[in-house]
Amino acid sequence: MSKRMIYLDNNATTPCDPRVVEAMLPYFYENPGNAASRSHPFGWVAEEAVDYAREQVAQLIHVDPKEVIFTSGATEGDNLAIKGVYEMYKRKGNHIITVRTEHKAVLDTCDHLEKMGAEITYLDVQNDGRINLADLEAAIKPTTILVSVMWANNETGVIQPMTEIGEICNRKGVLFFSDATQAVGKIPVDPKATGVHLMAFTAHKMYGPKGVGALYVSRKNPRVKVTAQIDGGGHERGMRSGTLNVPGIVGFGKAAELARLEMAQDAERLSKLRDRLQEGLMALEETVVNGNEAYRMPHVANISFKHVEGEGLMMTFNQTIALSSGSACTSASLEPSYVLVAMGLGDDLAHSSLRLSLGRFSTPEDVEEAITLISNGVNHMRELSPIWEMYKEGVDLSKIEWSEH
Amino acid sequence: MAYSDKVLEHFKNPRNVGTLDKSKKNVGTGLVGAPECGDVMRLQIEVDDATGVITDAKFKTFGCGSAIASSSLATEWIIGKNVEEAASIDNMEIVEELALPPVKIHCSVLAEDAIKGAIRDYRIKNGLPVEEEAKAH
Repeated sequence: MSKRMIYLDNNATTPCDPRVVEAMLPYFYENPGNAASRSHPFGWVAEEAVDYAREQVAQLIHVDPKEVIFTSGATEGDNLAIKGVYEMYKRKGNHIITVRTEHKAVLDTCDHLEKMGAEITYLDVQNDGRINLADLEAAIKPTTILVSVMWANNETGVIQPMTEIGEICNRKGVLFFSDATQAVGKIPVDPKATGVHLMAFTAHKMYGPKGVGALYVSRKNPRVKVTAQIDGGGHERGMRSGTLNVPGIVGFGKAAELARLEMAQDAERLSKLRDRLQEGLMALEETVVNGNEAYRMPHVANISFKHVEGEGLMMTFNQTIALSSGSACTSASLEPSYVLVAMGLGDDLAHSSLRLSLGRFSTPEDVEEAITLISNGVNHMRELSPIWEMYKEGVDLSKIEWSEH
Repeated sequence: MAYSDKVLEHFKNPRNVGTLDKSKKNVGTGLVGAPECGDVMRLQIEVDDATGVITDAKFKTFGCGSAIASSSLATEWIIGKNVEEAASIDNMEIVEELALPPVKIHCSVLAEDAIKGAIRDYRIKNGLPVEEEAKAH
């Protein structure tokens, strides 16, 4: 990049840490082996590297290395967990419970299973983005085989009451799967202590490479099995065939180790930066934070700037700042963020939202410049906004008969 | 999705942003779209009663870059035209001029509707015959 960009889209993907890249490099040329080649040193070196990485990943989430299945990423992990459990346990029941604010990789997978005969319950969330535990408990029935709740939301950073959900699932004898993509490596995640039986996550949200992820599958209390979704050589204990991405896995391992060692200090530093960013932007009038602020990832803020449309707003600074908007004006659907809408935000506020996600390489200077540029952008767009003018004149916008189109 | 240079140019230097005095009889206002849909356009015209020529036009838009560019371009095009000429502007002319991609065609439709809405308002205020409702979208 010729010009310095401020990257505030770490929930989309994180830069690969240079220490991770360094760890990966020997596994492209010097050590090219296939970890499944048992008959020569190239294979042994690769297998050893994969075993070591598996330990690094397992250590981050406090599980046995045998419980870590390498995948191509969290989307594959979500598919393998949900479809794999459904196929393995459908004799026991066909009911799966999930939440409206889950990632599309979970929702679309559930949608697919619904067409195959599964019954899916989609739990609503409260205004703060968290589920109501009583709703969950009431939704569980004798045919329920799986509850799927993400650890932390990608758009708002809101963290679900995982321990309480785990307690309910264990008491009811239902498997508990979590898409923990946004949480692993950023906050302490311990599936065993939390009552989570399967958990998907990925390297590229924790400063590792893209194209590699993992699914944790509990082997003890309970022993969980999933039906493989990719057939082939029987890699990964038969649950996920396909030649292992050795350099990617090595990078994932290194990223997990760095996260384990640096998570606490990163989180402390980033939560201060995030608070400063949020405070700076909240100085603007008619601005609201979306989602529960007490149960939230330390590096994320989702903010709506009333009477300003998010995509237009982003255009005022997108040559300098990279971030995401809850307005989906670029997509064919024109629907705003379904996550924010599920939290009860009006479509207008959802269209007016920005997601700011900091990362390990964010600096105080980034934050100060972002506050200035975003504030200028909001003020500029409000000058252009007819509904801001009406609001300022005291017009009740809810009383206007808008021409829907 | 990358925006065309013309959209970017209008976005950076929007023409005729502002508000005309609604209380004047020769000012017509068109307000189209809805906040829930992510775009609202308000386009106003000031008409010379004697000649029927649009002497001034202003807009304000809540929306994406393409919506802002479409309304900016619309004001630029209608100033100096008479009301009938302005009413005949078709949204596809805006699409072509700004090279809007298919997902942004609704922005040009809104701009066309905003022009027609402003003309309609002007005609009603002045007791002039109002043409049939603009084509529904």
